Amino acid sequence: MLIRVGTDLPIASSEITPRSLWLRRRDFLGAGAALGLGLTGVARAASPYSTDEKPNSRADITGYNNFYEFGTDKSDPAAKAGRLKTKPWTLRIDGLVDKPADYALEDFLKPFSTEERIYRMRCVEGWSMVIPWLGFPLAEAIKRAQPQASARYVAFETLVRPEEMPGQRSFPRIIPWPYREGLRLDEAMHPLTILATGLYGEPLPNQNGAPLRLVVPWKYGFKGIKSIVRMTLVAEQPKTSWNMIAPDEYGFFANVNPEVDHPRWSQATERRIGEGGLFAKRRPTLMFNGYESVASLYSGMDLRANF
Amino acid sequence: MRRGFPVWAVYALGFVPAVVAFGGGLAGTTGPDPIRALEQTLGLWALRFLLAALCVTPLRRFFGVNLLRYRRALGLLCFYYASLHLLAFIGLDHSFDWAEITREILKRPYAFIGMACLLLLIPLAATSSNAMIKRLGAKNWTRLHRLVYPAALLAAAHFIFAVKSWPLEPLLYAGAAVALLAARLAPKRRPSLEQPHEA
Ligand code: HEM
Repeated sequence: MLIRVGTDLPIASSEITPRSLWLRRRDFLGAGAALGLGLTGVARAASPYSTDEKPNSRADITGYNNFYEFGTDKSDPAAKAGRLKTKPWTLRIDGLVDKPADYALEDFLKPFSTEERIYRMRCVEGWSMVIPWLGFPLAEAIKRAQPQASARYVAFETLVRPEEMPGQRSFPRIIPWPYREGLRLDEAMHPLTILATGLYGEPLPNQNGAPLRLVVPWKYGFKGIKSIVRMTLVAEQPKTSWNMIAPDEYGFFANVNPEVDHPRWSQATERRIGEGGLFAKRRPTLMFNGYESVASLYSGMDLRANF
Repeated sequence: MRRGFPVWAVYALGFVPAVVAFGGGLAGTTGPDPIRALEQTLGLWALRFLLAALCVTPLRRFFGVNLLRYRRALGLLCFYYASLHLLAFIGLDHSFDWAEITREILKRPYAFIGMACLLLLIPLAATSSNAMIKRLGAKNWTRLHRLVYPAALLAAAHFIFAVKSWPLEPLLYAGAAVALLAARLAPKRRPSLEQPHEA
């Protein structure tokens, strides 16, 4: 078994490793190291940015999604995202950059090597998951575009394709499409911020934002814009979808903060999905979702006013 | 003996969604967040039974369909579901953390509206028996039970406030509630031709 885990072949790890083993491989590796077995060919070391909490099951991560392009029910994305065509995919990078371009996704991704990042994900609705993403730092993509000195924010947009995204045809209109998100440049350049292309060692399922999505683990989940077609470097704070819909409920920053309630519900606690079934207890929500290292990005800012 | 669908069967069928939702939650077949799923199912059926009870009068007046004998069952089912819904909120969603529960209900518009709705339903459920109708007298009883109208509007508003943005479903329920109340404003009798003209 240990040998299987250590296999280092250029195929998806899921093809060779049963999921239960995959989940426990960290334990194996730990045990192997402890016993001095000196495993060789072991997959890359775990990212120091990863949590060692147990990831949610793939079924939970891919079956319980907020992706309003496919409907407002959490089961809608899994049921309806299958028709979305993610090949070919064009990503536009423009705005205040020296190298604006329309990339075919394969070309855009070529220079970057992905790594696994196991992150907590805290939804603004008061639930959370642990997700093993596959991705690379957004900072690398931004550097490659060569931002100009005047660039202070990054604006993102999701695909608009009503033929394949039934939520975009729904009445009343839930969101003024396209879905938009944004980060301050220093947030975008933070090493925790990644563009994800996969999860559980496999390409991203459509319902999770294929083929390319943003993951910012210290912010509420809605900041993690999915199925990105455009990234624009700008000077002014860009408009973001939920802030446009309800500015008193969803701020631009949307940092996880147990002390700042959403007007409709408390943010002090959360329920970890997949834990305890019908009798699960809530757990306290952590400042910045437990990613305390980002606090310096906001020093001197009133996080109640800038929620 | 009266023929037709027995009232007890309305109760029996009425509790099926609750049993299915709770059983499914225990069995793990109601999705990754079974607590929320149960909470939502119970709330939704409370609203549905409330609207169903409100259908009885218009059905009789406009369509000649008499379901009066089921109205009490529908109203009580609404109350039972609303109570179970609150119980799920208290016991499952918030694990009897009373400080947090009180804070949530007082602070959150959607929960406050839900509570107001439930408070209106309590006297209605408490006076639903034949004995209580006798004790109050038909006139007082009828007057008291008009509380169901604001309760219906509050339940619909609670649904709208409980969800993000403006999805269609809560708006449809609100539309149904408003339509059912509006139906009661229609003139009681057709104006008859014999009536003298006021001119
Ligand atoms: C103290 C009283 C109440 C409280 C604390 C309460 C709480 C809640 C909560 C927490 C939700 C779920 C929000 C979510 O999706 O996360 C909800 C939804 C709902 N509640 Fe209540 N509720 C109360 C009373 C009522 C009453 C009296 C009714 C109806 C007669 C009702 C009908 C509904 C409906 C229809 C929903 C939406 C279900 C869905 O999303 O499908 N609630 N309520």
